[in-house]
Amino acid sequence: MTEQARIGRFREFFKGFLLLELLKGMLLTGRHLFRRSITIQFPEEKTPISPRFRGLHALRRYPNGEERCIGCKLCEAVCPALAITIETAERDDGTRRTTRYDIDLTKCIFCGFCEESCPVDSIVETGMFEYHGEKRGDLYYTKEMLLAVGDRYEEKIASDRARDSAYR
Amino acid sequence: MELIANFPGWAHHLSESVFGPELGTPIYTLVKTLVLIICIVVPLMLCIAYLTLWERKLIGWMQIRLGPNRVGPLGLLQPIADGIKLLLKEIIIPSGSNKGLFILAPIMALAPALSAWAVIPFAPEVVLADINAGLLYLLAMTSLGVYGVIIAGWASNSKYAFLGAMRSAAQIVAYEIAMGFALVVVLMVSGSLNLSEIVNGQGRGAFADMGLTFLSWNWLPLLPMLVVYFVSGVAETNRAPFDVVEGESEIVAGHMVEYSGMMFALFFLAEYANMWMIATLTVVMFFGGWQAPVAALSWVPSIFWFFGKAALVVSMFLWFRATFPRYRYDQIMRLGWKVFIPITLIWLVVIGIWMQTPWNIWA
Repeated sequence: MTEQARIGRFREFFKGFLLLELLKGMLLTGRHLFRRSITIQFPEEKTPISPRFRGLHALRRYPNGEERCIGCKLCEAVCPALAITIETAERDDGTRRTTRYDIDLTKCIFCGFCEESCPVDSIVETGMFEYHGEKRGDLYYTKEMLLAVGDRYEEKIASDRARDSAYR
Repeated sequence: MELIANFPGWAHHLSESVFGPELGTPIYTLVKTLVLIICIVVPLMLCIAYLTLWERKLIGWMQIRLGPNRVGPLGLLQPIADGIKLLLKEIIIPSGSNKGLFILAPIMALAPALSAWAVIPFAPEVVLADINAGLLYLLAMTSLGVYGVIIAGWASNSKYAFLGAMRSAAQIVAYEIAMGFALVVVLMVSGSLNLSEIVNGQGRGAFADMGLTFLSWNWLPLLPMLVVYFVSGVAETNRAPFDVVEGESEIVAGHMVEYSGMMFALFFLAEYANMWMIATLTVVMFFGGWQAPVAALSWVPSIFWFFGKAALVVSMFLWFRATFPRYRYDQIMRLGWKVFIPITLIWLVVIGIWMQTPWNIWA
């Protein structure tokens, strides 16, 4: 060991005794004590969310009230969590429509593939994330429930799509 | 007014006239002591409860969060909500446990933590038991706390609990020695085991005569001992960064892993009572107890100074927890045996020689 290294070790040893490193650490946390808190107090304050946010699902309608879904079952096929169940039948006017369109939100992983695959922009994921169920079955959404969500938030859904359309 | 000022006198008379001259005095003493104990324990319990809130708040602020603020204004009812929650929870006693010891352990942890407060002088003459061996009593009581931990670990009949208890035993034994030596140095310079005497001794000296009392306190000449004592105190109470006993990521909750509900709460209370205890002792031994830092401020009630200093020191525990990562177990042992004990021994000799020289400031 060289003289230099020996002096270096000696210095390190006494530096350790003075607890300088520890005091430095405490100074850092001490400074943070006086910083402004960045907490967002959720129910009162909310962060802005992207128009691409993938929250609660909705089934949309055309402006004339006709439901968009044509029962192609692409979403059911693409769903990696097998959360979507669809049954279709021919309606009186000869078009194919769903008789059953269920999404099990407890299975859903909110990947957005259903929305991507939909040829008529019927199934969408809205920016809504503040929903809950009190029993397990409450999160099994049927066609009526999904259409109701769509009716309720149509304005928001349409504006979100319009904002994002330039980037698609 | 006169009735209140002379309260001990007429209460004694009342007791004697009701129970007769034979029984009157002991019954009066008993009732008086019990009332005084309640007067100490109730504020202490409040301090413990609000220390948990203060801890969460302070650490929150240091992590630029807000801390609990939902229960009551500023979250001030949070400790009460926590207490009610713990009271309502079921107490589960594992079927493989040693039932008697399992129930005894939390009591063994809390009882010494509370009984140590008997000799603490909160202000001049305000002390439950002004005994001459106060320091000795304190060392004995703070050491007894480890039995609660060890018994809990043994009685739980669980590997994690047992490992936690083993760690705790080794750690507390190691740091008890350094702590004891640090206190021996204090004992040497003050020449008394009586805590009130130790505090009064710190108010004398050249600086105190100039009105700068805070420079005559023990912390300045015994600074290394203060550091050793306080760090050992943190290790004694199993607080971060020495919390390997209950390190969540290693052995879940250590000796407390099998405890639930109010039995767990008793361990929790004991830990926080011990934190206040160490903080109070640091104040009494090194920061002049109830004394005002400068003579010009001595009009402020002494209990205020006492509590203020203790609160500052106890906040250091929380500051440590917000700053330092957990020590590795062998590092804890190395620090205790190979660093702290030699330092305290050397400083003991240094102070001993200092006291024999003409520059002795404690004469």
